[in-house]
Amino acid sequence: MMDSALCIRNVSKFRGKAKVLSDVNLTVKAGERVALLGHNGAGKSTLIKLILGLTGISSGKILIDGAKPGSASARQSTAFLPEAVSFHPALTGREQLKLFARLSGGAKGDVPALLDRVGLSDALDRRIGTYSKGMRQRLGLAQVLLGNPKVALLDEPTSGLDPISRQDLYAIIDELAAQGTAVLIASHALTEVEARTDRIAILRKGEKVADDTLAALSASAGLPTKLRIRANADHADEIARTTGGTRINGASVELLCAPDQKMHELRRIAAMGDTVSDVEMTPPRLEDLYRYFAKGDVS
Amino acid sequence: MTFRSFAIAQAEMHILRRNRWLFMATLIMVLFALALTFAGSAPTGTLGVDMLTISVASMTTLSVYLAPLLALMMSFDSISGENDRGSLALLLSYPAGRGEILFGKFMAHLAALSFAMVVGFGTAGALAAYYGGAGSESLIALGRLIATSVLLGAVFLVLGYMVSSLAGSATAAAGASAALWLVFVVLYDLGLLGAVVIDKGGAFTQNIFPWVMVANPADAFRVWNIAASDTVALTSGMTGAASALPVWAAPASLLLWPVLGFVMARAAFQRVEP
Ligand SMILES: Nc1ncnc2c1ncn2[C@@H]1O[C@H](COP(=O)(O)OP(=O)(O)O)[C@@H](O)[C@H]1O
Ligand SMILES: [Mg+2]
Repeated sequence: MMDSALCIRNVSKFRGKAKVLSDVNLTVKAGERVALLGHNGAGKSTLIKLILGLTGISSGKILIDGAKPGSASARQSTAFLPEAVSFHPALTGREQLKLFARLSGGAKGDVPALLDRVGLSDALDRRIGTYSKGMRQRLGLAQVLLGNPKVALLDEPTSGLDPISRQDLYAIIDELAAQGTAVLIASHALTEVEARTDRIAILRKGEKVADDTLAALSASAGLPTKLRIRANADHADEIARTTGGTRINGASVELLCAPDQKMHELRRIAAMGDTVSDVEMTPPRLEDLYRYFAKGDVS
Repeated sequence: MTFRSFAIAQAEMHILRRNRWLFMATLIMVLFALALTFAGSAPTGTLGVDMLTISVASMTTLSVYLAPLLALMMSFDSISGENDRGSLALLLSYPAGRGEILFGKFMAHLAALSFAMVVGFGTAGALAAYYGGAGSESLIALGRLIATSVLLGAVFLVLGYMVSSLAGSATAAAGASAALWLVFVVLYDLGLLGAVVIDKGGAFTQNIFPWVMVANPADAFRVWNIAASDTVALTSGMTGAASALPVWAAPASLLLWPVLGFVMARAAFQRVEP
């Protein structure tokens, strides 16, 4: 437990009377990429602020590489990308990054090389005021790469980025993880985190309701797999009757089945012979999992 | 203070230069100082003092209003503006402490303010000396005016940081700063004046009033400049209360305020949750 780069134990946070986080446990090991998912207001940003020591913990404990939040050593080993960050418009990208490099102490880092890494080498000496939202986000990402952090906390890092920049972002996250940084990515956008994180934790109204690999979450949720059967000629009605599925258009039937019934159904469909022209299978997506865990329709 | 404070200070200097703030503040100082020097040049002969003395007296009156104003304009959004942008959380996630951040900003702002004061008052002083002559005493008075103006500016810089930390947003901080200026520079004196009138030269006027007055940094600035120079006192026609105080009272007040203000600003900044 304590050897994890980031260790969160039974953490609760009150805002006045409101309980924003309740009894949250989470660990991120060195080199691990964990997605922290949840709707707006679920408490993701609050959890990150607690880790950074920007606001006090009501109860529980957080350790960053063994150090308390907000301590000099914890701040030295943490990198942070705030939600929708912006910088002083009068500074240039180079000046802003140089300031961060000097503040982080020791490890100077090569500022132009870092800006080049995030694709800002052309805008090096332009005022940040002239940057687009995506460019500011990338400048924020560049400062995350300063000085080999032990823990990187990225709050909604994909907001404002176009799809190509998202590719770059995940390449950078992979690079961080490869050098041994524990990466925590808070997001309400699901599509990007799917294949690119080692683990997914889901927050619902301040409570952690799931924390596992995507495959394990799918299995535990037991969400149905969707089968779409295309009928030959006008056999659709007949197929719908025998399989118990529903017709969705002239020639197709949709059928939901539990994970353990999947092979059984497929065999049944195969036995129907010529009447079936095609079968399409859609396993539960993160989207569905998320809806399942985050909306709270756990029966 | 530390290497990190200097890093912050350097970035703040870039900002002040780039957004023309340094240029505008210096220009304002030069224009006002010149206008006062030459508008006030008429009665020179009658009082038997050199032109620089008159110029310093008028510039003292000017600086009471202008130094706090320029300082507050620089400092009011230094915390709240950063918080509005969302960059304060990031800044605070770095190893620099809050005191170091505040001190870094202070160094840059004070340097800019000093530059504007030296250039503004210096230009006016040099011209006054050139046209109307200057004695060693009036040159000392000019030096004192510049130094005390910087100190007065320092007081309002740190008070500006305090307001900036306590206000929820840069807009609120701007309003609070305007109120602060009005209270210290205008209303405080009006209140004291009213109290003196009601007291009709009683114990309050004799013993308490001078101390209450000098507790206000703006008044301490005035008293220091006036009491230290008989000729400035003569031309500005303001003695009275100042003479009832020991000589160290005004300097002590003006030197203590920046320190006290910084401590208060630091405490207010501590409460800010980005
Ligand atoms: N400074 C604050 N004061 C009071 N309540 C807050 C503050 N910041 C966040 N909250 C509340 O805490 C809850 C969680 O917010 P947040 O952590 O920002 O959620 P998320 O980042 O998951 O969208 C929300 O209900 C929000 O209104
Ligand atoms: Mg958030």
